[in-house]
Amino acid sequence: MTAVLLSLAAIFAELSLLAFGGGNTILPEMQRQVVDVHHWMSARDFSAMFALAQAAPGPNMMVVTLVGWRVAGWAGVLVSSLAKFGPSSIVTGLVMQVWQRFKDRPWRRVVQAGLVPMTVGLVAASAALITLASDHEWSLAAITTASALLMLTTRIHPLWALAFGALAGLSGIGLS
Amino acid sequence: MDATTTNVAATSTGQRPPTSGELFTGFLWLGMTGFGGVLPMSRRMIVEKKRWLTGPEFTDLLGLCQFLPGGNIINLSVAIGLHFRGLRGALAALVGLIAMPTLIVVMLGMVYDRFQNDPHIQHMFAGLAAAAAGLLVSMAVKVAWPLRGNPAGMVIAALCFVAIAVLRLPLLPTMLVLASLSILAAKRWPR
Repeated sequence: MTAVLLSLAAIFAELSLLAFGGGNTILPEMQRQVVDVHHWMSARDFSAMFALAQAAPGPNMMVVTLVGWRVAGWAGVLVSSLAKFGPSSIVTGLVMQVWQRFKDRPWRRVVQAGLVPMTVGLVAASAALITLASDHEWSLAAITTASALLMLTTRIHPLWALAFGALAGLSGIGLS
Repeated sequence: MDATTTNVAATSTGQRPPTSGELFTGFLWLGMTGFGGVLPMSRRMIVEKKRWLTGPEFTDLLGLCQFLPGGNIINLSVAIGLHFRGLRGALAALVGLIAMPTLIVVMLGMVYDRFQNDPHIQHMFAGLAAAAAGLLVSMAVKVAWPLRGNPAGMVIAALCFVAIAVLRLPLLPTMLVLASLSILAAKRWPR
């Protein structure tokens, strides 16, 4: 158990410091660690955890909490939350002291602009991996397509797309 | 208790600075109500309702939080807590923000575990997961859109995608190599 908690702490502390461009950029690495390296759950279960976290309110990184809970119960929740939110918060606190001095420097803009393509590649990788793991039937691929199109062409709240997906799934059409 | 704390920053809005308790309850409320993205809600609360920060102060602080690793709303709660009440305030704001979502998400996890062998519930969760994947696809399209007309950026994004999604390389070395290249490219071809 201690070994599992230590692994959770190491994984999420690293991810905490690498999460440039928001939480969705670290999903592929989280999936790689949780599914491929540690075999704590299947890729399909990981997608389900991600979906549950999306359906909950709050910051979009709650999948971390769920993974911790799934792997090691409440101790896992505590350890993974501390590891995920601690290091990046400490960095924020430290940089805040000097932010006024460098926020208008040219290199700050260059670094920020340089990180944009990374965010794009990582979010696209997240989308590809989660889609592959979720859509094991044609009808599910249709739900993914419909939900993506809804979000791109209308201004409806994401929760409606999730509700639509859950209902379409519940109907059982095209599902074995 | 907080009245005795030294180094309490004043607000520029003329509002009394929030106590740690108020930071906790403010962010607790935000954590419960912000479905699918807390950011728009947070601006409404922090700038318009509570007037802890002015609009430009909020934008400035958000710039910092987006520049740094970690979820920007998480970083924002820490930054605001720290600004007004030091370490105590940062903890109050952060714990407030994630307390309810943590409980709710674990409850959802319990429901999933309890009913995952019921075929109807299985189908429902499969549909939910498929729709959540769709949200990610739409987000990928939205973040990629500003890269059009930026060939170097598109190449880096494509390399990053291949390294992570196809070759399944670890994130840390990929990030070190590609982010350095990308920052060099951004310096070479400023936009």
